Amino acid sequence: MSFAHREPQNPKRRKMASSSTNSPCAACKFLRRKCQPECVFAPYFPPDQPQKFANVHKVFGASNVTKLLNELHPSQREDAVNSLAYEADMRLRDPVYGCVGVISLLQHQLRQLQIDLSCAKSELSKYQSLGILAATHQSLGINLLAGANADGSTTATVRDHHYHHHQFFPREQMFGGLDVPTGNNYDGGILAIGQISQFQQPRAAAGDDGRRTVDPS
Amino acid sequence: MSLSYSNYTNSPCAACKFLRRKCTSDCVFAPYFPPEEPLKFANVHRIFGASNVSKILHEVAPHQREDAVNSLAYEAEARLKDPVYGCVGAISVLQREVLRLQRELEETNVDLMRYASCLGGETSAYGGRRG
Repeated sequence: MSFAHREPQNPKRRKMASSSTNSPCAACKFLRRKCQPECVFAPYFPPDQPQKFANVHKVFGASNVTKLLNELHPSQREDAVNSLAYEADMRLRDPVYGCVGVISLLQHQLRQLQIDLSCAKSELSKYQSLGILAATHQSLGINLLAGANADGSTTATVRDHHYHHHQFFPREQMFGGLDVPTGNNYDGGILAIGQISQFQQPRAAAGDDGRRTVDPS
Repeated sequence: MSLSYSNYTNSPCAACKFLRRKCTSDCVFAPYFPPEEPLKFANVHRIFGASNVSKILHEVAPHQREDAVNSLAYEAEARLKDPVYGCVGAISVLQREVLRLQRELEETNVDLMRYASCLGGETSAYGGRRG
């Protein structure tokens, strides 16, 4: 499902389209009613996206969506409809957790990334210290890795560092056992997440910056 | 258990109280909408509607219904606080944060590789394993 941000359609133009072509919007088609010029759904549920309204209707109901839209300024309605469509889609894919499952997953990813980053930075700071020491010792004519053999073969210490590096390199390890595609190739239930950032800048949900901890269990 | 509570004390669950109907022994809402949490059902009803919630509950297994209700309550509350984006706003914020940390981790990994290569170069300890 994609809801990349697009410029709000001119409601008047859409109304004219519905009137002049007699093509009802997806909502009126679904509800089997005449699509009036002032239809509140018409600008946001085009006839070529029937599933969008079907999902929203199934989860929220037409009257609830109407009430929600009527409470909003017209400039906000497109984003509201798209977020409702996203929530409805998530709920239909995951009837138990819906969007909350996605939030929980992201929070888990975030925690894991924070741990990995902390470890990586800690490792880096050791190397940076080692680098400073090496430079210092070099200038004093001291071989820092005194444990290494004279022929330069590896020591256990060096191997350990090498092993720790590989812990951070494979991207799939960042997500542990989570069934989440890496990179930007989101699919399935979180397909739209990669495209949510194309939304207008949302206000922080629930009055905070989104750091609510969700424990669906 | 709320179901027993409704039966023995004749106290309707929050849903039936809201809907002004008799709370029967087989009320699907009773276990999950206790009478002392009226706002929970009020929010869910306002966003999803009672019949939609009932359908969702009947579609999921009984052991999953509590989680389903709690996630619906969470979404409803988020939507009431932010009528435009609801909980999708939180998803957007979290997603941006994840991307930011991924980039930072990649940069740190690159730095680590650089140091590893340098050490290999100085000591030839990494030898053929370099890169």
